[in-house]
Amino acid sequence: MTATVDSSPRSLSGWGRTMPTTALVSRPSDAPSVLASMCDDSGGIIPRGMGRSYGDAAQCSGGLTIDATGLGHIGALDETAGTVEVGGGVTLHDLMRHLIPLGWFVAVTPGTRYVTVGGAIAADVHGKNHHQEGSFARHVLEMTLATPSGMLAVAPERDSELFWATAGGMGLTGVVVSAVLRLIPIETSWMQVDTQRFTRLEQLMSTMERSDSRYRYSVAWLDCMGGRHGDHRSILTRGDHAPHAAIPDRLSGRSREVPGDPKLRVPHTAPGRLVNRLSVRALNEAWFRASRETRSLLRPLAAFFHPLDGVHQWNLLYGPRGFVQYQLAVPPERGDVIEDAVAAIASANVPSFLAVLKRFGPGTPGPLSFSQEGWTLALDFPLGPPELHALLDRLDDKVATAGGRVYLAKDSRLRPELLPVMYPRLGEMATVRRRVDPNGVLASDLSRRLGIPR
Amino acid sequence: MNDAFGHPQSIVVLGGTSDIARELVALLVADRGRSVVLAGRNQVALQRAAQDLIHVERVETVVFDAENPDDVDKTVAQCFEAAAEAVDLVIVAVGELGSQTTDELHPDRVVDMMTVNFTWPAAAMSAIAGRLRRQGHGRIIVLSSVAGFRVRRSNFIYGSAKAGIDGFGHGLSESLRGSGVAVHIVRPGFVRTKMTSGRSPAPFAVDPSRVASDIVRGVARGQTVIWSPGLLRWVFSALRLLPEPLWRRLPG
Repeated sequence: MTATVDSSPRSLSGWGRTMPTTALVSRPSDAPSVLASMCDDSGGIIPRGMGRSYGDAAQCSGGLTIDATGLGHIGALDETAGTVEVGGGVTLHDLMRHLIPLGWFVAVTPGTRYVTVGGAIAADVHGKNHHQEGSFARHVLEMTLATPSGMLAVAPERDSELFWATAGGMGLTGVVVSAVLRLIPIETSWMQVDTQRFTRLEQLMSTMERSDSRYRYSVAWLDCMGGRHGDHRSILTRGDHAPHAAIPDRLSGRSREVPGDPKLRVPHTAPGRLVNRLSVRALNEAWFRASRETRSLLRPLAAFFHPLDGVHQWNLLYGPRGFVQYQLAVPPERGDVIEDAVAAIASANVPSFLAVLKRFGPGTPGPLSFSQEGWTLALDFPLGPPELHALLDRLDDKVATAGGRVYLAKDSRLRPELLPVMYPRLGEMATVRRRVDPNGVLASDLSRRLGIPR
Repeated sequence: MNDAFGHPQSIVVLGGTSDIARELVALLVADRGRSVVLAGRNQVALQRAAQDLIHVERVETVVFDAENPDDVDKTVAQCFEAAAEAVDLVIVAVGELGSQTTDELHPDRVVDMMTVNFTWPAAAMSAIAGRLRRQGHGRIIVLSSVAGFRVRRSNFIYGSAKAGIDGFGHGLSESLRGSGVAVHIVRPGFVRTKMTSGRSPAPFAVDPSRVASDIVRGVARGQTVIWSPGLLRWVFSALRLLPEPLWRRLPG
């Protein structure tokens, strides 16, 4: 049983680097030491994986943060069932490197491989296949959860309240010690990708509505900075895993290549802020010009799913003040909110690189799980433009009124009073938390800031 | 907790009836504020200040006497208890301008002036720093003054006490590096407040609202020393080098 607790507090923040607070950190390497860590409960406890949530979800000011990355075992693959048992601290990067040569892949991957399985469950992450296959927790068959009231085994059919409160529950029900994941078989590590370009947002959205169902994976990138006549160009990429037959001879030796480590890194001497109005315009322009309309183009898996993982610590490009991510979801019939949001960002002239638009399939029963059927738009903004915070407050109002919500794994600034409007089933979450955490030990800066009830 | 834009949810003000502090709190609570604790010596004045904050979920008042340093620990503890959640920001706006010409003739008054402007707030900042350090985050904004930057004949009791609190703030700020707690030292020039009413304004005089907005901007930029107006940084950097005979002859 080993768990090392740092004797001095460490400063922790999310990927957006906006709200650092200090806390003690323990890094247990097995289940009993996770439970042992939970005995020191004076200032609150929250688990942390790779720290890829953008805001303050995986930090607990003045308390204890349980670094789960020590729970890194990958169990044997069950080829008949298509499942694998893994530790909660295993990263999807390591898991993919293990699975791809064996002809298997995770059922859902977010835009980065550098997240832990526990973190993926806690944020109930989604990928480009959400419209077909739902979010990450849909493919979790069972898990072992270390809670303040002990080790509990849960599954969708065994203590489903706790299972679903944990899926999207931002770590507030305990530490995912291990999980059994459903996998998908793949023949190669290549993707067959169709790319289309659009100059108007409504063309893009109607194409996605009409034909996303023909593709397993679909995502659109749009230029929020906008053109002269209120038009917003976009690139829609859709595809599926390539079968053996699609791999040409020259690539046959590389048909099950695993994603590597980042080749580029941001130097620590990078100047103040490289992401600004000018650079975002230039990057958007370059990206748009570089992308061609293609049919069944072969792309490496990492380039398709995780384009930013090629740059180590790309978040440093935003400079010391950091950046804000904003992701909203609205019902299928409220595409107008997406159009309004894009127009509002363009007219406020706040730079946003990487606006990502996607259609969601049905959500999960998780009361705090983000994905819900309809549209989702993800944006990021460097901190600095004075109009940004009021702009996001106005977007929140529109989203809430439309029956939508914002993603807590990315949040760093939501008005607390909108939380129950966006997540009306907070009460169910509170009931489960009171059961597994009667003394209210589990808390994060996020849960305190938003007043997530218990 | 603070949000990504640095908006605090929970604020404690020592010297809650100070004009600058009231303007600052009004600016800060507009976005995310949900708890404000106002501490001061006069309950009636505190209640009046609290009425400005009618839209804030929780407003509490705490009475203390800044001439009594035995009071410090208890007062700070009361403020943190009244906040009922983590305190994101503490504004230390305790102070008294006094009357130089009469005070300097009465050693008792000098003691009181030093207590109110230096001893009490310095001790309070120590108590606050300990609590914020345990809490893992937080900010202290302390009101210093240009009067402490180079102390003058015309207000050297007040000025020397402010010089003390300014230096104390700097040292405390260094001692808190890496703790998640930040200290901001505010050096306003002549501010038209009830404290200075009846005195003729010095050059570069400003209103409390200007000081408040300068503070908000300085905090967002992460400045340890915030001058208000910003121009005074350069004016006083030059005045500090002025030879004594010339300095003595400056009006005011």
